[in-house]
Amino acid sequence: MRGVAAVAHKEFRQIVRDRRTLLTVLFVPAFILLLYGYALNFDIRDIRLAVNDQDGSRASREVVSSFVNSGFFRLVGYIHSSAEMDRLIDRGEVRAVLVVPAGFERDIANRTPVRLQIVIDGDNANTATTAMGYATAITAEASAALQAAVGIERRSPPAVLEPRVWYNPELRSTLFLVPGLIAFIAMITAVVSTALSVVREKERGTMEQIRMSPLSPSSFVLGKTLPYLALSFLSALLVILAAMVLFDLPMRGSWLLLGAVVAIFLVGALAQGLLISTLAQTQQVAFQAALLSSFLPTFILSGFVFPIPSMPWAIQLVTYIVPARYFLVALRAIVLKGAGLEAFAGDLLAMAVFSVAMLSLASVRLARAWA
Amino acid sequence: MRNGQPAIEVRNLTRRFGEFTAVDDLSFEVREGEVFGFLGANGAGKSTTIRMLCGLLKPTSGTAMVGGVDVGREPEAVKRRIGYMSQRFSLYEPLTVDQNIRFFAGIYGLEGDRLDARRRFVLEMAGLEGREHMVTRDLPGGWRQRLALGCAVLHEPPIVFLDEPTGGVDPLSRRQFWDLIETLSRRGVTVLVTTHYLDEAEHCQRIVIIHAGRLAALGTPRQLKETFAGRPIVEVRAPQPVAVMEALERLPEVEKTSIFGTSVHAVLRGPDVDPARLEGMLRDAGLTVQAIGAIAPSLEDVFLDVVERAGSQP
Repeated sequence: MRGVAAVAHKEFRQIVRDRRTLLTVLFVPAFILLLYGYALNFDIRDIRLAVNDQDGSRASREVVSSFVNSGFFRLVGYIHSSAEMDRLIDRGEVRAVLVVPAGFERDIANRTPVRLQIVIDGDNANTATTAMGYATAITAEASAALQAAVGIERRSPPAVLEPRVWYNPELRSTLFLVPGLIAFIAMITAVVSTALSVVREKERGTMEQIRMSPLSPSSFVLGKTLPYLALSFLSALLVILAAMVLFDLPMRGSWLLLGAVVAIFLVGALAQGLLISTLAQTQQVAFQAALLSSFLPTFILSGFVFPIPSMPWAIQLVTYIVPARYFLVALRAIVLKGAGLEAFAGDLLAMAVFSVAMLSLASVRLARAWA
Repeated sequence: MRNGQPAIEVRNLTRRFGEFTAVDDLSFEVREGEVFGFLGANGAGKSTTIRMLCGLLKPTSGTAMVGGVDVGREPEAVKRRIGYMSQRFSLYEPLTVDQNIRFFAGIYGLEGDRLDARRRFVLEMAGLEGREHMVTRDLPGGWRQRLALGCAVLHEPPIVFLDEPTGGVDPLSRRQFWDLIETLSRRGVTVLVTTHYLDEAEHCQRIVIIHAGRLAALGTPRQLKETFAGRPIVEVRAPQPVAVMEALERLPEVEKTSIFGTSVHAVLRGPDVDPARLEGMLRDAGLTVQAIGAIAPSLEDVFLDVVERAGSQP
């Protein structure tokens, strides 16, 4: 439609002329990365654990139960192959897998040094570090108890835990922060700029001028959002590329899938911005509403920094309406794990539902305000 | 095709917001090619009426035909037949003159030769030739105003609504703007204009004054002034206009007074009062009078008189 093209063209020129907004969009995310350091401590409980017990002995069961009884790990189930382990970790169904090697009990009785293996999903570096700490302590305690039971003196070496962190072996925070940062940039450019750009037209009176014209509300909305969709899509891709070059972020999955996930997420964010713009009358109000409704939930409630399973259940419920929650799962799965669609189909669906719901709400509100 | 038909025909138009009646049983007609003034105090219902005529607001009852289209039934069809410009000169200030023109052309679907022709017309009309690439924000108010009018008539609408189009513009630019309005009118464009400047309303062929949502007066400026026939107006210039006004109001031959800067206008009850006698009485009261004399009523006198009388009616 010609009207859409005219609005989009105009909007694009306005963005290009507004250097301040462009610079904000580019530098605020980097600033946030600096601001919120990585030295955050978390009290993590109920880490989902699967066990591959190759020994099947009394001693191995003792070790497993000390993990479960610690309160830090929750036993999801037993597995019997490394293929199962791959699948569970890829889909995020478990965060850790404990492998008890065959001959564990015999080795303890023979006073041979024994090794336990724990595989930890490193996509969230903070959770992984904490989980590793817990596992080491529990192993030390459990093995000491086992040795005592078979009459070994305390000063002999206890069983040694051999941790393996998958996907992010060095537990670098960057790898886990970058997907969150991408969600951030998307939110800033999409929600805030869309909300402001529509409210600005209200404030300046150009909105009234447009409403007097035969342009339909849908053409107006489409023309307004397309440039921001393009801009935020571009900046998200740029951040991923920059993270690959500067921080060695692996990009293990499909670019096509990544593009699709980013686009679906952005549509929801743009619609959220539009919805705010139909409610707010001034740019200040729109800006604050946009921040409160996007920035903070994305930071606090998405699993970006604070792991959702450690939140009180009421707060956990709230996280279900934060689209970044699903986005992060999908993004980390694609970028860090190279996982396919099947690993995050549910999250993708949740994002699509959010985007459609926001779009419908925004259109209903806008049509009402327009008439 | 619609010869003889009024460009705008308003019949018993009413709009309520809950308990509040913003526009109350308004009826008037605007002829094709007419410059029609729409006057009223703030909150009198001017904007509500214009919004209904432009198809933005549905009437509660009554009808309005604009360019032969019923605004209540086909608001979208109305929008293609009208141009609209408001006090805010709603242009995109960060964009250039040319970018603004092209944007408004785009939303009205102008392209190709017609776009080129209309673009040239607007630049010429607004006196902006050679300044196409200036940023709109940097233009003086009068030029922005003419550009806004140009953008409002880009698509050659037969009817144009101007809502306080001369706010915040210097007198010379206002004068040039009214010349543009007259040019449009001569080309057959119907112009409905609201204004706060009553001296400007003299440019209108006919005027309607509304008060509290109701029609209070309708006619040519001359007809409206004739309501003062038999009630001469005396202007007193004095350094203490408030004291003079209070003194005049105590006189039985004075119907009412109003202050215009440093002068007081007094409406007299009959034609046979001698201004010299008034001057004597003011001097007796110890007041300084710089000048006194009968004057022809201005539209401002008419407006105040009409509003006052409309307000005193139940």
